[in-house]
Amino acid sequence: MSEPAFRFVEGATGDLAFEARGETLEALFAAAAEALLAATLANPADVAEREREPVRLAEPDRELLLLRFLNELVFLRDARGLLLRAGPLRIAGDGEARLEGELVGERIERGRHQLEADVKAATAHGLCIERAGDGWRASVTLDV
Amino acid sequence: MARPAGLERVSEGVYELAPGLRPGMRVPVRVFGSRALVDAMDDQVFVQAANVATLPGIVEASLCMPDAHWGYGFPIGGVAAFDVASGVISPGGIGFDINCGMRLVRTELTESELRPRLAELIDALAARVPAGTGREGFLRISKDEFRSVLREGAAWAVRNGYGSAEDLAFTEAGGCFAGADPDCVSDRAIERGQPQLGTLGSGNHYLEIQVLRPKALFDPALARAFGLDRPDQVVVMFHCGSRGFGHQVATDYLHRFLRAMPTKFGLPVIDRELACAPIGSSEGREYYAAMCCAANMSFANRQVILHRVREVFEGVFGRATSAAIRTVYDVAHNTAKFERHRVGGAERTLLVHRKGATRAFPPGHPELPEAYRETGQPVVIGGSMETGSYLLAGVASGARSFFSTAHGSGRTMSRHAARKRVGGRELLRQMEERGVLVRAASLRGLAEEAGFAYKDVDAVAEASEQAGLSRRVAHLLPVANVKG
Repeated sequence: MSEPAFRFVEGATGDLAFEARGETLEALFAAAAEALLAATLANPADVAEREREPVRLAEPDRELLLLRFLNELVFLRDARGLLLRAGPLRIAGDGEARLEGELVGERIERGRHQLEADVKAATAHGLCIERAGDGWRASVTLDV
Repeated sequence: MARPAGLERVSEGVYELAPGLRPGMRVPVRVFGSRALVDAMDDQVFVQAANVATLPGIVEASLCMPDAHWGYGFPIGGVAAFDVASGVISPGGIGFDINCGMRLVRTELTESELRPRLAELIDALAARVPAGTGREGFLRISKDEFRSVLREGAAWAVRNGYGSAEDLAFTEAGGCFAGADPDCVSDRAIERGQPQLGTLGSGNHYLEIQVLRPKALFDPALARAFGLDRPDQVVVMFHCGSRGFGHQVATDYLHRFLRAMPTKFGLPVIDRELACAPIGSSEGREYYAAMCCAANMSFANRQVILHRVREVFEGVFGRATSAAIRTVYDVAHNTAKFERHRVGGAERTLLVHRKGATRAFPPGHPELPEAYRETGQPVVIGGSMETGSYLLAGVASGARSFFSTAHGSGRTMSRHAARKRVGGRELLRQMEERGVLVRAASLRGLAEEAGFAYKDVDAVAEASEQAGLSRRVAHLLPVANVKG
């Protein structure tokens, strides 16, 4: 699996947008999770891998699957105080797109974790996953 | 940015785009605003409003308020009314922060009485009203009790000692949307929302101490009727909504609607954020019931925050000052409601979506409390924390917008661009030099909310009046702000 890769791009006025890349769909989803963590925290590299959360999702297509996946991460942070990144993931898609795997990270500790934007949701606005060379590229807008 | 081809001025402050700009438009797009505001609107406002005009059952026109700007699916500042039998309900037409809204309360203090204690007051408010990312509320309630909040709204708060019957009378819909059903809300939404009751949140949410200076008074008689009756009177305004709860409700149903649109409903998906369901479908009815829950959570949220505000004023100024704090009005700007309106000479029940738009009922409307029956509904428009806010009132000519008006000043600059132009610390210093004390949960968030990142609120309020949507009562100027 390639290194996760993302960059923030100029979004519309109220929001934060990013582009993520990955050689595989699993790497792409991991990069998008990393972007979400970087939007949430000033120091995302400091998130230790102390907690593991299983994740299992299904949606009609892989773009909606990415949306669901990111909103799962938003939910776990906002409701349970968990800062998570992707652990091992498997994505399959015959007709319906399915994701199974683990999220890893730790609980928010104020003082140690410097919270930045309060991401309220990943949105379907301009959401897109496309082929880029040998890999994949996704565009996502976060509602903050 | 420029007006799109085909947008015609039809009367003072009203522009129209005939069906045909985009295939499938069932009704025109109608934009309210001055030439300068309309010219400055981003192109996406017109594209999105035209998309809304294609939705089944839309009645009369897809409307844009003077502060309209780009949103998800619908523009923010978008209003659309749908026929109950043939129309749809759309989370993107309501906004994800369901019942994001404004509350304005008045005190009997004047600015000269406030100033010596202002720093102490704003510090206490910042300490006692939870604001910013991930903060939990001061109420600890069970899941069952939270479900009561969802059913009862602000009445739950008053029943538990956080306010008065008068507060409810001066809240839109009495602080409770009928039709809420917690069984239509996911366990996850409840888990997310339960600890957030009594929190301001982040982003553009705030609590502000403001002053009404005599020269900022547009209509002294209406101001008096709203209890604003002394020079340099101190008021408190706050802006917040249903927090993560509303977002979870909207996200849950967005996914559900997107699954059902191409299959069960046979509806095309023009923009996923315009996901919708027929009003009468099980999906549509359940979303409406869940949306009412989120609206009620938000009314309760603003009511318990008011309770905290009263406690803080009591600690600083004493019981008499606190007891004299009265609600002027609490009004939502992200909702959908069943309302009776006259269309083509006949009265009909419509589902009116207002997203970043404020209901503005006229004088004589039966849903207004007795005290405001003659005046029209108070309308609270939040500006940026630098430029102040407005109190307006509903007018009879507002029938042209299903009695809706602007909600705020609307962003014109991205958060990122605002941060590049000013640092949070620098902005804090500039505002203090101008006599405005700011307590911010995040300096980065503060910079994002700088006045230059927003449209001119004076122009928005003036255009709302010129277009006949509402009339100006008073411009309220900030002296201290707790920024979420």
